[in-house]
Amino acid sequence: MTKFEIPGNVAVSDSGFLFMPTTGETFTMNEMGIFIFKMLQQKYTRNEIFEKALDEFDIDKTTFEKDFEDFIAQLKNYSLIKIS
Amino acid sequence: MAEKKKYERPIITKHYSGLMNKFGSRAAASPKSEIDGVPIKKLISEFGSPLFVFSERQIRSNQRNALRIFKTRYPKVQFAWSYKTNYLNAICSVFHQEGSWAEVVSEFEYDKARRLGVKGENIIFNGPHKSKEALLKAINEKAKIHIDHFDELYEIIEITTEMNLKANVAIRVNMDTGIYPKWDRFGFNYENGEAWQAIKRILSNKNLKLIGLHTHIGTYMMSADAYKIAASKLVNLARGIKDEFDLLLEYIDMGGGFASHNTLLGQYLPAEEVVPSIEQFADAISTGLFELPLKIDEMPLLILETGRALIDDAGYLLTTVLANKRLSTGQRAIIVDAGVNLLFTSFWYKHRISPAQESGIHVEDAALFGPLCMNIDCLSDGILLPALKKGEHLVIEYVGAYDTTQWMQFIMMRPNVVMVMEDGTVELIRKSEDLDYLLDREVIPDNLKSVK
Ligand SMILES: Cc1ncc(COP(=O)(O)O)c(C=O)c1O
Repeated sequence: MTKFEIPGNVAVSDSGFLFMPTTGETFTMNEMGIFIFKMLQQKYTRNEIFEKALDEFDIDKTTFEKDFEDFIAQLKNYSLIKIS
Repeated sequence: MAEKKKYERPIITKHYSGLMNKFGSRAAASPKSEIDGVPIKKLISEFGSPLFVFSERQIRSNQRNALRIFKTRYPKVQFAWSYKTNYLNAICSVFHQEGSWAEVVSEFEYDKARRLGVKGENIIFNGPHKSKEALLKAINEKAKIHIDHFDELYEIIEITTEMNLKANVAIRVNMDTGIYPKWDRFGFNYENGEAWQAIKRILSNKNLKLIGLHTHIGTYMMSADAYKIAASKLVNLARGIKDEFDLLLEYIDMGGGFASHNTLLGQYLPAEEVVPSIEQFADAISTGLFELPLKIDEMPLLILETGRALIDDAGYLLTTVLANKRLSTGQRAIIVDAGVNLLFTSFWYKHRISPAQESGIHVEDAALFGPLCMNIDCLSDGILLPALKKGEHLVIEYVGAYDTTQWMQFIMMRPNVVMVMEDGTVELIRKSEDLDYLLDREVIPDNLKSVK
């Protein structure tokens, strides 16, 4: 199963402001971004994240799947996640 | 069950210090959900997507405003609508109802104006290509012919002599106004004496009546001062004509070229902050013209052929998101159903593009592509947009000028064009093209008719 790992030194505020101390880069996320990112930090699995998201938000599985993959791709692009 | 929370696609945006200007300073997230009170959704559901929409109210208000600004600075002013900027009949008709003449640069534009009921004497015939038949028609109908080169001048002399006709003519003058690029390929040059030579040649012929002088110094002009220089130079010629030939000209035509509020690609600040206002252009032109040592009632009529500045902000292109994808660089890409086929101006403008519906406040740098299967079909290589779902709409603003004349039927057909009327109704002003429209002009030779 795919495992996601967020670098330990990444700091996220509740408003979605994200700071990478090693590079000095800053990012912002919207509500859904924060929701997913925090679960990734807490090592939730993909299935658990899906379950929680579909439960709490008004969204169908297919759309969420597309958006989730896209979000992970963005994180990867910014080196904010390791996938193994 | 508890009500579920509203969902928005997860977004993460990286901050780039000092780079914000790549995207323009305006928050792209504020939606543009209606045009003159008509919801975008309604327009698209009735007339399809993509869709060009024009605002009658905005056109009239632009024209009235410009006329008022010039008339409060100069006694006699006449606008002539630049057909090539937008020659849809409904658009031209609004301008004609507002009192504008027609400014045309080809025979078909000339005929179009005539069919709309514009009198020959109210048509300014510009441009480097006027066929002999077109010239003859224009001469007969007393149109104002603006001569572009000596070959044309001699052709008019030949026609009028042969048929014993009189032609109303002016010359187009090109000149150095301190701006680059210098448009010296149209008309006769001022500095090297060519313009004066053309004037003398005209005045020595009894069949030609010199009624005015014309210049058009460029388009999307960012300097008002250049117009003052141009007006002064035409005034010098007019003064020479008065002194040497005792002739008062009927008019001086300053052409078009005032910049609209579209921002150029590569322009650092938004257009609103850098381009001169119509007032500044009007100040420059009237100051130049008042150098003519004439009594007020002898002053020539000032003609203006303003195009883009009168129509750009009255035109919108509505488009629909076809797909979201991500480029290999990680940049978001949005594919919409309107491309460079409909938006020729995207080759030089950084268009203002807004979502048509409420969306989250988070925006992401996206490349915006049209529907054509061609690499050139890129509307923007970087624009900040909120998360958009397939089927949602975007409004591309300031597309009134040149887009519905320079559009191309390439891969996709041209779509419907509508006008939101002053009373809030919506009228179709050009029907979308279809395969029959296309095939109507094609002919298959007999021996190619069987397809195995
Ligand atoms: C002779 C002439 N008049 C008027 C115009 C209208 O110019 P604009 O749309 O820049 O006002 C043009 C366009 O280039 C032109 O060539």
